Amino acid sequence: MSRLSHQNVELAQEIISRYPIKKSALIPLLHLAQEQDGYVADDAMAHIAELCDVTPAEVVGTCSFYEMFKRHPTGTYLVNVCTNISCMLLGGEELLRHVEDTLGVRHGGTTDDGAFTVEDYECIAACTEAPCLQVNYRYFPRITHDEFDELVADLRAGKRTDIPPHGTLGRVRQHIPAAKLAGVVPPDQVDGAPVWLANSEGEAANG
Amino acid sequence: MAEGYITHAPGYVLNDGPKIVTSRFVHDDSFTLTRSRATGGYQGLEACLAKSPAEVHDEVREAVLLGRGGAGFPAGTKWGFCPEGVWPRYLVVNGDESEPGTYKDRLLMELDPHQLIEGCLIACYALGLSQCFLYVRGEMALAQERIATALNDAYDAGLVGKNILGTDFSVDVVLHWGAGAYIVGEETALIESLEGNRGMPRLKPPFFPAAIGLYGKPTIVNNVETLSNVPWIISNGAEAYKRHGSESSPGTRMFAVSGHVKRPGVYEVEHGVTTFRDLIYGDNHCQGIRDGHQLKMFIPGGGSAPWFFEEHLDLPLEARPVGAAGSMLGSGAIVIMDDSTDAVQACLRVVRFFARESCGKCTPCREGTTWEEQILRRIYDGHGRPGDIDMLLDVADNISPGPYPVAADESQGLEAVPFPPKQTTICPLGPSSVAPIVSAIRRFRPEFEARIPVRTTIPVSAGQR
Repeated sequence: MSRLSHQNVELAQEIISRYPIKKSALIPLLHLAQEQDGYVADDAMAHIAELCDVTPAEVVGTCSFYEMFKRHPTGTYLVNVCTNISCMLLGGEELLRHVEDTLGVRHGGTTDDGAFTVEDYECIAACTEAPCLQVNYRYFPRITHDEFDELVADLRAGKRTDIPPHGTLGRVRQHIPAAKLAGVVPPDQVDGAPVWLANSEGEAANG
Repeated sequence: MAEGYITHAPGYVLNDGPKIVTSRFVHDDSFTLTRSRATGGYQGLEACLAKSPAEVHDEVREAVLLGRGGAGFPAGTKWGFCPEGVWPRYLVVNGDESEPGTYKDRLLMELDPHQLIEGCLIACYALGLSQCFLYVRGEMALAQERIATALNDAYDAGLVGKNILGTDFSVDVVLHWGAGAYIVGEETALIESLEGNRGMPRLKPPFFPAAIGLYGKPTIVNNVETLSNVPWIISNGAEAYKRHGSESSPGTRMFAVSGHVKRPGVYEVEHGVTTFRDLIYGDNHCQGIRDGHQLKMFIPGGGSAPWFFEEHLDLPLEARPVGAAGSMLGSGAIVIMDDSTDAVQACLRVVRFFARESCGKCTPCREGTTWEEQILRRIYDGHGRPGDIDMLLDVADNISPGPYPVAADESQGLEAVPFPPKQTTICPLGPSSVAPIVSAIRRFRPEFEARIPVRTTIPVSAGQR
């Protein structure tokens, strides 16, 4: 739908400047687009292509490989229920059925009000805390069916301000002040060992 | 909450063993720069800067720090594979932890990001790596926040960036987020992903990332836990490190034990000396199988590892003996399944994972894992056909030809086939999908056969779903 906003273009430029090759910023920029719109819009991908000096097809190629990028509008809250082995052993599949019944959609679907999307997800690295689910990639370890119902009520009532809408991952961004930056050089413009190594080898040769 | 658990670190269990990488986890502010510095944080970096890069490399090599990502290759040796005179060199930190059953790296990133950053800096100093990319799995929002905060604080304090601690050592550490792809945990796929491409593995050998990696330049790819060990090694010395663990596997190692145990959790234990029995049944650890049940099988090293059984409990947590017994220690993920577990269902669930996560580059894996899942699904659903078990093994043989690594089965007089498997694919994902199939069918073939109905007519419902 939309290209990146003026503010996000500035952020995008800052992200791109950290990589020796612009194309490396594709995944971070796709996340930025998803944070802006809740999904990755076609126009945003075209815009990212311009910013990174690649073709829009290359951006779509990268975007379509990764499961977290949604190319169509998705629920405000993405509920990922883990049903991989450790969670399966301790009620992950039953939890998924309960989530589907509670929200009234099968996994892969979004509720009519656009609030929730349910996914049958692979291992989310909380295996000893099974069964586990994530809402917008925030963990809910050892969650019971009743606790899930409470969570849904809280989310609908807007009580969970700690969970940002879908698209926002880490709410803290890395920022490198210009004065502290060691410097990013394209790989083909680097000649010779970095200074501390060269100095150390020089000392070793002299000593 | 049961004894040993810590409220601010769900899943981590404090035991009384030595602490190398989890020493700060007891503090509820373990992730802050203040707490890190108050508890010896960045002292390894200071000690490192007082030495020559070659001395730092020698110290890590001497410590025999085995890679904690899965392959178990010594980090100090891997660091030595960068070709002479080719610059720049890069460091890529593999924080894309997604092997089923594994979650030590997430805790290390969430609870002690400064330790990891310090480890990265030491590696960069030792090898002349000019930039470090910290690749964190996309689904780990908290880890991303904690690392971003830690990096911002460390830059402000002059610990990262230009002229670190007033020396001529300068390096940038860049936080990079993934976007949901298990295969990106494979080091060459990780590099492809970091270059902005689809995360498909590159063919190796002949060229490993240490020779031709990111942007075609020498690149060291290390796991989060591996690098988190480095500050301690530099602060305390390789000799002190080798006093923990066994001779061939020094130090400690983190294991996530999940499934049907009384106290599941992530434990830091002595590497190479602790046995599976100590970990699963020890009072200090998981305290045994849940009441009223017996152990049926367990996965010793993540979803990719062939299964172990009761008779393997006394093996030490060490790569070599586990490999010889027909499995692998992998990423330190142990999944315990008791006698209530349906072997066919467990097998299907692990295989479905690989079918979903296959990147599609190699035909045997792309097609084979899908077929494996479909055949297993119809067996599980009661629509299996008489030749399905053999067909399953045949499909598996196309991905991993010849005898597949598997544990011995004394009741049938079958010997163990040692790790690793042969493969017709670029990376080990395809062959990993075979592990649960061969393990389960060899041990529990009657359970599979019992699911396959003997029919005289064609069932009309077959093929649904």
